[in-house]
Amino acid sequence: MVSIGCVIKNPGNSRNNKTGSWRTFKPILDKEKCIDCDNCIIFCPDGSVNKQHDIDYDFCKGCGICANECPSDAIEMVKE
Amino acid sequence: MVDIPDKDLLAPGHRGCAGCGASIGVKLALNALGENTVAISATGCLEVMTTPYPESAWEVPFIHVAFENSGAVASGVEAALRIQGKDDVNVVAFGGDGGTVDIGLQSLSGAMERGHNMLYICYDNEAYMNTGIQRSGATPFGATTTTSPQGSASFGEDKPKKDMPMIMAAHGIPYVATASIAYPEDFVNKVKKAASIEGPAYIHLQQPCTTGWGYPSEKTIEMGRLAVETGSWILYEIENGEFSITFTPEERKPVKEYLSQQKRFRHLQDEQIEKIQKYVDAQCSELGL
Repeated sequence: MVSIGCVIKNPGNSRNNKTGSWRTFKPILDKEKCIDCDNCIIFCPDGSVNKQHDIDYDFCKGCGICANECPSDAIEMVKE
Repeated sequence: MVDIPDKDLLAPGHRGCAGCGASIGVKLALNALGENTVAISATGCLEVMTTPYPESAWEVPFIHVAFENSGAVASGVEAALRIQGKDDVNVVAFGGDGGTVDIGLQSLSGAMERGHNMLYICYDNEAYMNTGIQRSGATPFGATTTTSPQGSASFGEDKPKKDMPMIMAAHGIPYVATASIAYPEDFVNKVKKAASIEGPAYIHLQQPCTTGWGYPSEKTIEMGRLAVETGSWILYEIENGEFSITFTPEERKPVKEYLSQQKRFRHLQDEQIEKIQKYVDAQCSELGL
């Protein structure tokens, strides 16, 4: 596992660490209300919203920025 | 519009706090620069949260060195690529406010002076957040931190924020800009412009910090927006010596709206808020906002 110079040879292998376990509140998107502004994608600190606006709960930490920045109130934060 | 890539170049699974502003900024910057990029980071929140060995959130070649030398290492990377004829690679260095305005200032100044074709982005959360919220040169007047605590003997940080973008501008480099994660289109345009310009470029990116500033995690973007709307953070660029404001708020809000929502400013008395308002007003009138 240890390499000379602490070289990490697998880019993006932080994906091994499922930060979704940190979450207390879970964002639920109502796609009917979504107006495709992409705010939730742009502002997600964890890259957990894809182009189709599907939320990746493996990594979403439940910060709530997506819900706060949604202009059409399409995202609700629900306690896990 | 901000282009949405199929895959972010900053992978999830990093250990940034829920609501982390730095990761939003770095994600946007890397996506704007594209895959053909080498990234360098000083010690700081960004390095600690993205590269807990043996994991890395970086999808592009990445080097972490020490706190004080990201400017020097980026210089070396740029020079090595140039001598190999690989002049289509973007070289970007990231430093926090501590790693930029305090500890990394001399190596950054040298890199800018030598004219390396690189971009340096300071992600500014206005204190040393990674080690427990100690004040830095970029901590604003009045903010309480663990080394400028408010109490009977002190009201918090007693000096204004160091004006780092103007220090960079004084180097006479071709491109200097300020940006905020709350204005992603403005930021992404500046990153792309900086990358297309031959020679050194510097972007000072303000990014609110839920842990250090003391506000709920969902308000990271809201705080960034308030900073700009109150004139506490001014978005501008200096391209080949030409200064221009890139965003003007329709009506400048009183700074109290920005300060009162953050724990680090909550202790301030009206007279100190008045002093901050006067300071902000003076800055705005100086820059023509």
